[in-house]
Amino acid sequence: MSAGDPAGRPMTMIEAINDALDIMLARDPDVVVLGEDIGFFGGVFRATAGLQAKHGRTRVFDTPISECGIIGVAVGMGAYGLRPVPEIQFADYIYPGLDQLISEAARLRYRSAAEFIAPMTVRTPFGGGIFGGQTHSQSPEALFTHVAGLKTVVPSTPHDAKGLLIAAIEDNDPVLFFEPKRLYNGPFDGYYDRPAKVWKGHADAVVPDGHYTIPLGKARTVREGEALTILAYGTMVHVAAGVVEATGVDAEIIDLRTLVPLDIEAIEQSVRKTGRCLIVHEATRTSGFGAELSALVTERCFYHLEAPVERVTGFDTPYPHSLEWAYFPGPVRVGEAIERLLAAD
Amino acid sequence: MTMEAAPEPGANRPALALHVPEPRFRPGDPVDFGFLSIPPAGAQPRPDETCAAAETFPLCTDLVRVLGDDDQAHGPWNPRLSPDRMRTMLRLMALVRVFDGRMYRLQRQGKTSFYLKCSGEEATSVAATMALDAGDMIFPSYRQQGCLIARGYPLLEMVNQIFSNRADKLKGRQLPILYSAREVNFFTISGNLATQLPQATGFAMASAIKGDSRIASAWVGEGSTAEGDFHNALTFAAVYNAPAVFAVVNNQWAISSFSGFAGAERTTFAARAIGYGIAGLRVDGNDALAVYAAHAWAADRARLNGGPTLIEYFTYRVEGHSTSDDPTVYRATDEGSGWPLGDPIGRLAAHLTAIGEWSTEAHDAMLVELDGEVRTAIRAAEANGILGHGLHQPDVTMFEDVYETMPWHLREQMVQALHERAVKYPPETQP
Repeated sequence: MSAGDPAGRPMTMIEAINDALDIMLARDPDVVVLGEDIGFFGGVFRATAGLQAKHGRTRVFDTPISECGIIGVAVGMGAYGLRPVPEIQFADYIYPGLDQLISEAARLRYRSAAEFIAPMTVRTPFGGGIFGGQTHSQSPEALFTHVAGLKTVVPSTPHDAKGLLIAAIEDNDPVLFFEPKRLYNGPFDGYYDRPAKVWKGHADAVVPDGHYTIPLGKARTVREGEALTILAYGTMVHVAAGVVEATGVDAEIIDLRTLVPLDIEAIEQSVRKTGRCLIVHEATRTSGFGAELSALVTERCFYHLEAPVERVTGFDTPYPHSLEWAYFPGPVRVGEAIERLLAAD
Repeated sequence: MTMEAAPEPGANRPALALHVPEPRFRPGDPVDFGFLSIPPAGAQPRPDETCAAAETFPLCTDLVRVLGDDDQAHGPWNPRLSPDRMRTMLRLMALVRVFDGRMYRLQRQGKTSFYLKCSGEEATSVAATMALDAGDMIFPSYRQQGCLIARGYPLLEMVNQIFSNRADKLKGRQLPILYSAREVNFFTISGNLATQLPQATGFAMASAIKGDSRIASAWVGEGSTAEGDFHNALTFAAVYNAPAVFAVVNNQWAISSFSGFAGAERTTFAARAIGYGIAGLRVDGNDALAVYAAHAWAADRARLNGGPTLIEYFTYRVEGHSTSDDPTVYRATDEGSGWPLGDPIGRLAAHLTAIGEWSTEAHDAMLVELDGEVRTAIRAAEANGILGHGLHQPDVTMFEDVYETMPWHLREQMVQALHERAVKYPPETQP
């Protein structure tokens, strides 16, 4: 980890992402930022606001509405020697680009024996909680963790978003960078009926100035505890923390931050200590990344477990618009799973 | 529902009929290509490279030709190459054909799993590559061995790759003929179709972003123009005026599907350019001089910031799709011999002979020499091993280059692979 100015200043996650892009555009003349509506307008979530005016139209530019085209040209730019940072406007729109991501970007280094690489970072907002309906709420990260050659990153705070994004851009492998859009403007503990919170005043919203990185593959212990381990990423880190705070359970919460490569040491160390493991993600359950985590914990920590590993996830349905909060794995689902885990002996 | 019910509104409309394209000739049918409109060589105008795209639109449904039935070069597209340059072109095309012949037989002898010839299409890769600069990036499909050979890539490296042996630079990871050769600016071949097209656009955009002078040149079969990536590539290329040349090699057949399944019954492939508002050319792909001239025109246009060009090389796939294909079950056997645009090697040799720069004797001697060159490369490659005979890359290389640095889960799997090897081949049984 390289440190920026530790003084820093409070930022929203959007501001932190914008800052990371700004810094990388200034530091590295090979970085280009491209995507739908990201240029003059600055992106539908404002993540690229001001960047075109500052860095020019050939460094930050709008693209046709063609996700496969966006990823495809980014592969070619990488072959030239650029370091493209394409934005896919919503993770739900990424599927047309899958062939270029899975068959091309992910395999370029391998199939050419490292003659050609795809050093791109695909940024995309994901997850629900903003009444986006089924086409603006999905969490498709497991599709990408299944693909050899891709890295998958999910920040949960402004501080991490900046450091992880800079690390991803500097990485020479293709990285999927999933931004939990419900966290863009404030932390969210799952209590949707309470007033929305803002990042200002949150400890993890203090973002150091300048360049710093958070290495890919290193988890963060959000809270140390003895009673059980909670593995989470993105929005669900805050939901889990909210339940733990409300119930006073002595849980250890681990924010994975990177799904591939995974910080298996942090997971093993924590589960061996607590003997109980809860996995929380917003994505659908079947073949979700939680299944991988559950298998790893069972394979590697079985004799330390005092209860079956539990998963709390979204339901195996499309993301329903009006029933969003019935679908969302909120405090009730998380809290009851914690109770079951602690009751087991 | 009763039988007496009133007829549905519109019941007197004709029944809709689905059109499923069918080629003109199937096995056993007499072949007659008289339906093809083939204009005389030299009759097509050659606009300036910096012309408005629309000036090229008539050429999208015409056919640019240079070499006439009289074996002479005609008209404004004649690139006026020196005899030496034409002999080089002839030699490279002949080398591709000799190489293809030998490799095909090696596959039949079981020395590798797969091969794929480009017989009849040699000009579309060799002559086109000769029209590019060495620094221009080639984004090939799978039938562009002629590009590699025209760039002087060593035959030995190609055969090593085809054998997937211990000297294979791609470490035995890719199906035979899916080459990658960065040192001669030849992009890694995917095997998935048309994916290279938007990548070529992206490379060209990057070159323009950097104010460089290199361009991208991509190839694709006519069948693969049906892929979304064809549209993605041309849309982006048109939007950003990318310095790229897109060559559609229309060899009439995509495995067993004739060009009608990519839309050839409606219009030409070059005419796709009209919809994007970019320059387009339709070219006799068996006329090496026309191919050279068209590719040079498009490359110059790109270099002058005139933007992308879509070229259709109208040709014929004389052989099957690959060693895994038997074309006699789906197309008339006489199609290849009856192809009205002839053979690219034969036509260029005839031209050189007609202008007193070549002879049958010289041609025969050249073929013997080229065969020797290919056989030398094969012998050297065989010393490095053939597929399935153990002389491949070490097992651990399977886990390299998935990522720049190997993560823990691949390291664990590598240990497992090494263990399995030790079980299957106990150290005490090894020499």
